[in-house]
Amino acid sequence: MPGPAATPRFQPGDRVRVLSLNVRGHHRTPWYIQGKTGVVERLHGPYLNPESLAYGASGLPPQPLYLVRFNQSELWEDYSGPRSDKLLADVFEHWLEPASDAPAKVSTQDERSSP
Amino acid sequence: MPKVHDRGGWPTGEAIDMNDHPPMDWEIRLNAIRQVLGQKGLLSSDELRRGIEAIAPGRYETLGYFERWAESIESLLIEKGVLAADEIDRKMADFEGGNV
Amino acid sequence: MSSHDHPHDHGSGHPGVSQDVEPGLHALRVKAIEALLVEKGVCAPGEIQRAVDAAESRSPADGAKAVARAWVDPDFKARLLLDAKAALAELGYEAAASLPDVVVAENTGKAHHLVVCTLCSCYPTWLLGRPPDWYKSLAYRSRAVSDPRGVMREFGLELDDDVEVRVLDSAADIRYLVLPMRPRGSDGLDEAALAKLVTRDSMIGVSNPLSPEPALAG
Repeated sequence: MPGPAATPRFQPGDRVRVLSLNVRGHHRTPWYIQGKTGVVERLHGPYLNPESLAYGASGLPPQPLYLVRFNQSELWEDYSGPRSDKLLADVFEHWLEPASDAPAKVSTQDERSSP
Repeated sequence: MPKVHDRGGWPTGEAIDMNDHPPMDWEIRLNAIRQVLGQKGLLSSDELRRGIEAIAPGRYETLGYFERWAESIESLLIEKGVLAADEIDRKMADFEGGNV
Repeated sequence: MSSHDHPHDHGSGHPGVSQDVEPGLHALRVKAIEALLVEKGVCAPGEIQRAVDAAESRSPADGAKAVARAWVDPDFKARLLLDAKAALAELGYEAAASLPDVVVAENTGKAHHLVVCTLCSCYPTWLLGRPPDWYKSLAYRSRAVSDPRGVMREFGLELDDDVEVRVLDSAADIRYLVLPMRPRGSDGLDEAALAKLVTRDSMIGVSNPLSPEPALAG
């Protein structure tokens, strides 16, 4: 990939939350993972920013791109498959923030698991 | 509320239609035009997607896949000044009228 | 015809069909665009045809060749999973730098991958050729992420609950190819015979490769 890239902020295994950025134009972060917490599965490396490329600009500086893993049961209220099922999506670094390791945070998001 | 192209998880009871239509010549050629324009730095995949996402939601849902491409690519070529809207119209009329 | 609407000026009163809402109009538009690009010297004569030929030369047989090699050669498989473009170059698939990167996801007895692109229809075309219509359909793009097991069931694939389903939404620059599990009973087959068992759909993840029995029975 062309151009210098910043040192990646996250590493595989890190817990991250996907931001809900109010980007009006083109972007590549699906709605259903925004605001959700997952785990970095893989660091793909630096890639040109599609939010800039889509308007004929350079896409620089490159953004680290990650494959982030989510629990399906935390994405869909009525997910019918086993709780071990996962969804993985590519997310650019500027759409991610660190998330706490505390498991309590995760379980509060899943209202059905409340006692 | 997600934009019309941001399709993951939209409620639908629709089964997956596994019938594949044979590719039409214009679809194959449009795909190639996109590649050639991309190699020339005149039209990136990201721009193509932005152009597709600019199609009105109701229209997005009724158009076929390559019909969306055709409309996006035409708009982008006009936007970039590579082609003019009226010359495309004239050329279409020429082809339709058998003037070529 | 004196003039016609600019495409984006149309109203929304189109019938609810997914193909050919205006038969012929888009074909005519594309023909006009191609002619003008050549007339104005943007594209050289023959350039678009060469791109057509290059695209048409790709098919699921390309991906199947890589899968079969991975089944018989564990070292190749390791390289394929680590750096797919470099490993594929060993098989003669030189990917131009401009082509999207490919990541191969391996199915095992514990995990099954399924690929979708919910935002458009990203697909590893230089390994699989043209994507099927269903892959680009709104129904698949919506359901593959939220109801993957239901979708796979429609393709005839029923997975046990102890197999983790891992859906890959190729939302950005990476194209995913599934490395399916080698079918039972295929021990005696050579690489070329194995490649024939590898279907397009098994490399997307909606089904498993063919079973060798029918081929042997013939």
